[in-house]
Amino acid sequence: MNKSPKTPGPAAMPANGRRFKPGTIRRLLSYLGAYRIPLILVVVCILISAGASVASALFIQTLIDDFITPMLLNQSSDFSELLKAITTMGCIFAAGILATLIYNRMMAVIAQGTLKDIRDAMFSKMQKLPIRYFDTHTHGDIMSHYTNDTDTLRQMISQSIPQAFSSCVTILAVFCSMLYLSFWLTLFVLLAVVFILRAIKKIAGKSSTYFMKQQESLGTVNGFIEEMINGQKVVKVFCHEERAKEDFDKVNDELCECATAANIYANILMPIMNNIGYILYVLLAVLGGAMAIAGITNFSLAGAGTLTLGTIASFLTLSRNFVNPIAQVSQQLTSVITALAGASRIFELMDEEPEADNGYVTLVNAKYDKNGELTECDHSTSMWAWKHPHHDGTVTYTKLEGNVVLDHVDFGYVPDKIVLHDISLYAEPGQKIAFVGSTGAGKTTITNLINRFYDIADGKIRYDGININKIKKDDLRRSLGVVLQDVNLFTGTVMENIRYGRLDATDEECITAAKLANADKFIRMLPQGYNTVLEGDGSGLSQGQRQLISIARAAVADPPVMILDEATSSIDTRTETIVQSGMDALMYGRTVFVIAHRLSTVQNSDVIMVLDHGRIIERGSHNDLIAQKGRYYALYTGAFELE
Amino acid sequence: MIKKLMESIRQYKKASILAPILVLVEVAMEIIIPLVMAELIDKGIDQGHMPSVIKFGIILLVAAMISLLFGALAGKYAAIASSGFARNLRHDMYYKIQEYSFANIDKFSTASIVTRLTTDVTNLQMAYQMIIRMAVRCPFMLIFALVASFGIDANLSFVFLAAIPILGFGLLFIANHVHPIFERVFRTYDKLNRVVQENLRGIRVVKSFTREDHEIEKFENISQTIYKDFSKAEKTLAFNMPLMQFSMYACMLIVSWLGARAIVACGGDAALGLSTGEFMSLITYATQILMSLMAVSMVFVMIIISRASAERIHEILVEESTLHNCENPVHEVKDGSISFENVTFSYSEKNEKPVLDHINLKILSGQTIGILGGTGSSKSSLVQLIPRLYDVTEGRVTVGGVDVREYDIESLRNQVAMVLQKNELFSGTIKENLRWGNENATDKEILHACQLACADEFVSSFPQGYDTYIEQGGTNVSGGQKQRLCIARALLKKPKILILDDSTSAVDTKTDALIRKAFRDEIPDTTKIIIAQRVSSVQDADQILVMDDGKLAACGTHEELLQSCKIYQEVYYSQNKGGAQNE
Repeated sequence: MNKSPKTPGPAAMPANGRRFKPGTIRRLLSYLGAYRIPLILVVVCILISAGASVASALFIQTLIDDFITPMLLNQSSDFSELLKAITTMGCIFAAGILATLIYNRMMAVIAQGTLKDIRDAMFSKMQKLPIRYFDTHTHGDIMSHYTNDTDTLRQMISQSIPQAFSSCVTILAVFCSMLYLSFWLTLFVLLAVVFILRAIKKIAGKSSTYFMKQQESLGTVNGFIEEMINGQKVVKVFCHEERAKEDFDKVNDELCECATAANIYANILMPIMNNIGYILYVLLAVLGGAMAIAGITNFSLAGAGTLTLGTIASFLTLSRNFVNPIAQVSQQLTSVITALAGASRIFELMDEEPEADNGYVTLVNAKYDKNGELTECDHSTSMWAWKHPHHDGTVTYTKLEGNVVLDHVDFGYVPDKIVLHDISLYAEPGQKIAFVGSTGAGKTTITNLINRFYDIADGKIRYDGININKIKKDDLRRSLGVVLQDVNLFTGTVMENIRYGRLDATDEECITAAKLANADKFIRMLPQGYNTVLEGDGSGLSQGQRQLISIARAAVADPPVMILDEATSSIDTRTETIVQSGMDALMYGRTVFVIAHRLSTVQNSDVIMVLDHGRIIERGSHNDLIAQKGRYYALYTGAFELE
Repeated sequence: MIKKLMESIRQYKKASILAPILVLVEVAMEIIIPLVMAELIDKGIDQGHMPSVIKFGIILLVAAMISLLFGALAGKYAAIASSGFARNLRHDMYYKIQEYSFANIDKFSTASIVTRLTTDVTNLQMAYQMIIRMAVRCPFMLIFALVASFGIDANLSFVFLAAIPILGFGLLFIANHVHPIFERVFRTYDKLNRVVQENLRGIRVVKSFTREDHEIEKFENISQTIYKDFSKAEKTLAFNMPLMQFSMYACMLIVSWLGARAIVACGGDAALGLSTGEFMSLITYATQILMSLMAVSMVFVMIIISRASAERIHEILVEESTLHNCENPVHEVKDGSISFENVTFSYSEKNEKPVLDHINLKILSGQTIGILGGTGSSKSSLVQLIPRLYDVTEGRVTVGGVDVREYDIESLRNQVAMVLQKNELFSGTIKENLRWGNENATDKEILHACQLACADEFVSSFPQGYDTYIEQGGTNVSGGQKQRLCIARALLKKPKILILDDSTSAVDTKTDALIRKAFRDEIPDTTKIIIAQRVSSVQDADQILVMDDGKLAACGTHEELLQSCKIYQEVYYSQNKGGAQNE
């Protein structure tokens, strides 16, 4: 059960040396694939923009060679040709600027769109995960996936990807130019590039481990804060602030360590790339000079010939233009690595095994046709039926009545520790079944099995004669109303919270339900009555009031079977009596499972099961059990301690 | 605001200063290197002179090595400084939050606090790292390039100067336009976090009511808002790059035009005006100036994004706790007497109807007080005022004859132990959990406290006894066991006042009576306040308070109330139907 706050200490860090989840890049790209057409436009714009910047480099050379030098020679002062050239350049530049604007804006939208898609996919997936997943992960850590981890992708998609692409274009262009000048020197540059790439890989590999850890620890910190702030009351009552601070410092320091290590590796990448470029420059100069002096034949795309000094000078300039974009790409590497770390965590969540649901029996509105046969109908009737398709193609309808049978059920939360042994029980439609026993006895567990929060290890559970494994989970749960001991309300008005039970309920129906639960009186006393907005899990309400709202919520759902798990534990006995009579009226003719430690709550049940250590030790009505003079009798007379 | 945030740099000041200084050396090398390169080409390659090539090559190598070393070191210190800054920020915020009252926490909401401590701090951390790495580099490069270009031709260089204010205004405009959007984005982030959080806490409710689709729709609405706002902000930010390019290209064209005219006018003679070679250098510097401006604008974007975050962090740091120690607080709690004098209380000022309405009450030290009342009659609210979890709206609450607001909060709370309605155990051994009450408690004291709370019998039946590990939220002990452990935990504080807020509800009547007997015999001087649903838990109290709808409906002993109080009678008889007190 979700009880807060949970762990004050740091949650276990995953094993060291975590690497990215395989296939992360491919999956990220597949999300971008949804924007195929805009992306093509982006590529075109990047090409135009890159073209404009290449043109600007060429323009100065043209300016001097084709305009200034001839004009100097001719002593002419006719600037009209020059003006024309500058105007042309101006147009090219304008196109470049426009292209830059367009692709930047488009990438912003694509990036945000992708983030939205990923967040939505993650949330939908999360809703499908089994309860077990939520039992084993801190809330704050899961929350971190939606903010911290998703955020890492933003910079990568909107900046790094276009930057990397335009750098690649430049690199390719420069590479061709180099081939045009000299094969030998290009070969040498290629060798250097291989070396650079290896260096990048090594550093990136190192830092990726730390970035992965950084995201993990950020999740841990998120989890820690969330729990501690929710449990602030306990912390305060015990003046435990100092310990809470110490514990926080521990997780905070750990995060700081990972972040520092990760960023150091990322930060030294840029100087390394830059300066390897310079070293390459020197080596090229020396090699080129030596080759020229030794008179080694030069091969190039332009043909074979001697290596001239001019060629070497040009080649050297080109080599700078070659290394610079590589350095730029490596600068983006940090954001890429961070993003991959975030994405790995996101995809891990998405790859969690969802709740298995092989059910094919569905719940439909039903009515009796002329022949008295049960048939499906598309409008809302007050009658429901299970639609059961068979292998031979026929479909049978079974009326939903609320008959629940547990047949020799065994169950354990972990396979080797069975907590329920050989449980058998029959709940006839309209019966009120109560479970009594100490908290470890397995009462709540039984109800968790009926609505299939967990699946049984052995035995069978039948609902109106149908094995519940065959019923679609959504339909199964729709037919069961549950009131849990730990009340969870959602941010929204009181009315919205009650309507949560049935979304199409009218205001009047919600108010009727509230009256039934005896919640109407206090709700009307709230500042805005039913429109009062509840925040922070209804923090302004008392425990008992929250329970009353949750009862109203279940009443609105109007399900044929109800499970009340300590639903009235925080309600005073006087109010409980009123609630009880309302509930009894509501539940008349329906099956109800009640768990309560107050025997007065269960006294009027049709059948009372006394559980002990996962076994039913007594069963019968109140009077039967009193007559048996067993455990129930002992409890009732106070001779035996319940807990 | 910046000053307040800077206070969190502390021990990382050294690294924060060292990083820019190291960058300075790196920048110096970066300025020298192109000059050496030019020499290498001019004097070495162009002349075909190998010794010069080697000479300048070695200089270049040395410069590159220095640049590498300092660059790497700068990177390292920048990482240390920024991560450390973030650490201190989180530390300061968390410590500050520990001082908050519940009113403060409610004001921000848990989800928002979580976002601020992680997402917002990360944003600021990135901005800080960029600032200390770029703050020196860019202006330095800019000034160097400007000086150099002015050295060549002052008239033409004014074009560059003119570009700077244009660019500046452009960026400022973008920043102002985008800032409110980012403020909104982060508020929506809070909402997103809240929806996720509520879903995680209430996952059983969501699943039971099969409201997955409803929740997904709710979530998608919020993620759609984030998408809309964020892409709007980013689309405006996207003007940044083109603006840069525009300035760069415009400068280039104007300089080309003016430069060409100047060269032709003077016949290309450097002595008279501008030579072709000088023109080339000018263009190179122009590129350098604009490149550094580009870097500045990137930092700028980071700053815009982080500005909203910085403000949000600042809000946490400067929030005044609504509960604070007064000057010269009282540290000594004299005894366990309590009085409520005309106390009125509401959780928020907005509520018209107070939760507690003019309560007057006197409790003597060592008395046992029972409180009964219907759901929502403000029983819990009443007792929460005693350890000053909230402050009264009107009137005053005194403990030991002194107004609770005059005590040092910690001293007061150390003397007032409270067992909450929603009780929490934390993962750890039973012993560790009990030591929350008193960190230095000896094993003997722990044993004694557990005996008083009737917890020893079941604890010692566990195979590991007091070293039994409690799972998260205490799921592996039963409700009644949990309550008894919580009582023991409170007893270990050896308080002058002990408050039990409906904390024996899951304990059977017999044990409940045993615990009360132990209280009476073993801690007679401690004032005991017991909120309960059943009459049997309070009927032997010195005073029983009956609460109804925020008011004190009646007050007296069991016998008195049974005579005079209608509510009490009803409760009593409803529970004693058939004569068995059996809950």
